[in-house]
Amino acid sequence: MNPMELVTPAIGLMFWTCVVFILLLILLKKFAWKPILKAVDDRNNSIEEALSSAEKAKEEMAELTANNEKILSDARLERDALLKEARDIKEKIVGEAKNKAAEEAEKIITSAKEQITNEKMKAMTELKNQVADISIEMAEKIVKAELTDAKKQKELIAKALKATELN
Amino acid sequence: MLNITLRTSLIIISFLSFSLFSFAENIVNEQHPNSNHKDEVEEGELYNPVPAIMHHISDSHEWHLWGEGDGSVTIPLPIILYSNGLHVFMSSAFHHDEHGHNVVESKGSKFVNLHGKIYQLNDGETHLNIQTDSETGELTYNATKPIDISITKNVASMLIALVLLLLLFGISGMKSKKTKGAPKGLLSFLEPLVLFVRDDIVKPNVGAKYQKFLPYLLTLFFFILMNNLLGLLPGSANVTGNIAITLVLSFITLIVTNVSGNKGYWGHIFKPPGVPLALMPIMIPIEIVGIFTKPFALMIRLFANISAGHIIILSLISLIFMAQSGLGDGGAFGVAPVSVVFVLFMYLIEVLVAFLQAYIFTLLTSLFIGLATVEHH
Repeated sequence: MNPMELVTPAIGLMFWTCVVFILLLILLKKFAWKPILKAVDDRNNSIEEALSSAEKAKEEMAELTANNEKILSDARLERDALLKEARDIKEKIVGEAKNKAAEEAEKIITSAKEQITNEKMKAMTELKNQVADISIEMAEKIVKAELTDAKKQKELIAKALKATELN
Repeated sequence: MLNITLRTSLIIISFLSFSLFSFAENIVNEQHPNSNHKDEVEEGELYNPVPAIMHHISDSHEWHLWGEGDGSVTIPLPIILYSNGLHVFMSSAFHHDEHGHNVVESKGSKFVNLHGKIYQLNDGETHLNIQTDSETGELTYNATKPIDISITKNVASMLIALVLLLLLFGISGMKSKKTKGAPKGLLSFLEPLVLFVRDDIVKPNVGAKYQKFLPYLLTLFFFILMNNLLGLLPGSANVTGNIAITLVLSFITLIVTNVSGNKGYWGHIFKPPGVPLALMPIMIPIEIVGIFTKPFALMIRLFANISAGHIIILSLISLIFMAQSGLGDGGAFGVAPVSVVFVLFMYLIEVLVAFLQAYIFTLLTSLFIGLATVEHH
């Protein structure tokens, strides 16, 4: 066999290579390269999307946590404020109650004193009246006894006239 | 970074292949200086491996598996010829004859097989008759070569590669439509290869318009790879080590490159920038020749690499038979282990070369396309 035949291309083989290669190109392009590369690209896109959305979710989460913290601290502040207010109100109420009680006590004492004074006055008046009554009665008795004797009656009239004349 | 490491490994591999090749050839030449004169092995003479090696790396009309002559086991392949109509018959009609003795008749025409080539006998002739001109030594045949588009061993192997590729990638393609999420099974093996071609060969070399050329370059890569790998199986055909096949592949590269070539590309050829006017008559022809040398180098590179690998392995195995013919059975037993170790080593390198050559061919084609379509700013 001539070694030159090794580097002499055969027509039939060239023909069949063309046929096989072009057939392969058409079929693989349609049934292999397009779907495989599309699947790869789709997967790449979905991975990228997933990553970016995860990043987004992370950011949102961080934001949410920050918000929560803020809400929590606000709540704490509000609770403190409420507690403080409640304490104030309590103190105020207790103070007010104390004041009122003191006032009431004062009032009661005052009215009691007044009543005492009134009773005292009343008793005094009664005593005076009784003293007067007793005095009149005694005077009446004395006068009655004095007027039993005519001489003494004249002297008394005289005295009374004398007193009246003076007026 | 990847390109550099691959380039260095390529250099190492080619150096290794070359040194081994020359090593094997030296042995062949030393033991048998007239190894070019072949075909007849005389009694007592050293075994000449060249005919067997040439037979193994050449195309054939039948798929020979083992055995010699009538006792050989072969797969007959269809022979398709065109001369005054289509002639189709099986290669078994020749009864393994490759010396032009067995005449096959089809539709009134007579055909013989001479050294793997089909000849059509001239009208009226019954046997092949070759006359040698006593002065010039030229051979005259009483037969002509018809247009031969037979399904030869290489074509059959290529068709097997076609079916395998369609099966592998067709199934992967269907799977990829269904599966959402990570690829599984076959797809998980092939997808990284496809992505390697796309992201490491095509994208960086072709540039922005890579999408348009991607199907072609992917097909090119896997066609060469599959045929390279199939060629390594024992008893298989030497498809990518055949010049006709590499010629077609590089011709397609030539067409694709030049058809997609833009203004900048042609401007570089017919009006090389920065070249003095006086040098134009030299530079323009050089540039025009350059259009053809690039794909020509592709053609030779693939053909030579694959063929050389096959030749080395066959030579190393032939060493055993040469030792037997020269030193007797003891010599054969002595050489066999060494040969087998070297063949194993070469086989592993050949697997690497199978990938490497597919990579190089696709890489350079991508590069040529990239250079032809790059936008100058």
